[in-house]
Amino acid sequence: MSILSKLKEAQVCLKAGRVTLPYPARAVPVPERFRGRPIFDPVKCIGCAGCANNCPSREILVFDVCQEVRILKYLGRRCTYCGRCAEVCPEKAITMSKEYQNGTNAIGDLGQKLELFMSTCQRCGRCFKGSSVLESLKMKGFRMDDLANDRWVYRATAYLKGQAATDDVKIELEG
Amino acid sequence: MLKNLCQKVFGRSLWVYHANSGGCNGCDIEVLNVLTPYYDVERFGIKLVGSPRHADVMLCQGPAMRSTGRALKRAYDAMPAPKLVFAIGSCACGGGIWHDSYAVHGPVEKLIPVNYYVPGCPPRPEAIIWGVAVAAGLVEKTTAPVQFKQLEYPVPRYHPSDLNGSGELVVYEKMDRI
Repeated sequence: MSILSKLKEAQVCLKAGRVTLPYPARAVPVPERFRGRPIFDPVKCIGCAGCANNCPSREILVFDVCQEVRILKYLGRRCTYCGRCAEVCPEKAITMSKEYQNGTNAIGDLGQKLELFMSTCQRCGRCFKGSSVLESLKMKGFRMDDLANDRWVYRATAYLKGQAATDDVKIELEG
Repeated sequence: MLKNLCQKVFGRSLWVYHANSGGCNGCDIEVLNVLTPYYDVERFGIKLVGSPRHADVMLCQGPAMRSTGRALKRAYDAMPAPKLVFAIGSCACGGGIWHDSYAVHGPVEKLIPVNYYVPGCPPRPEAIIWGVAVAAGLVEKTTAPVQFKQLEYPVPRYHPSDLNGSGELVVYEKMDRI
């Protein structure tokens, strides 16, 4: 009798199967509306700092390091993943990804830093950003390459054979 | 170095002590969820103990508050020497939405040294397991700092050394595309 009951018990146990997730070996899908780490798109971002103003934990910081460059810094350390930054962004530059495997031994790993080029309006003095990459190329003050080290040919005729190919930095700045 | 130390010292099992220094209980629920049979961290030898004197690892939840900071520090000092501290949740990692409140010191790393961080508000149970697995050397960490530099020129550049001219025709031998 007792062997029969044990067999019955074993049958129940075998039927139930295994519930434990094989987690770190195999990833599990997240719910559809899960909000993970926000990801910032530097091309779409216009540097309006709306995300910084709406962040409940005040962890998106905006610095104006000089007239043309605005730095947007996401620390990642005290983010509550509320998604308000993604909701308020007018350009949809912030997306809440589904990444949750963020365990790390250095908190700086979670940070994101965006350098944005902003031109200055001649009338109001506020910063604005070009609508496209080409538009921002045309703007005054767009950062050039390091001209002293990496020489960019300004006039092709200056480098014909027989002519000195030096001082092209001077040509670019003066001519 | 820390990883090697982990694998050497904690080769067999991690006994965790669960310290809440003023959180909202969200992370507590997730940590206790990790210990259920569904996630079953006893596979890795992780066991919850009731006293910091028995523990290898302290799981900190909540910011370091002024009222509980001293108790948190005493609990840390009571742990035997090879010890790790995990900051679980946004409050423990960076202070959360209370980072500038008058009642909190800030993140727990202001009071006790923190070895591993598991962000999230609250972190998923899988995220907590991931953080512990990173510490135990089972998986590699997937996060890295992201930095976007300002735009460079998206046009081809020509270097003077690569130009060969004959008459009016200029030949560019090499071109950098960015």
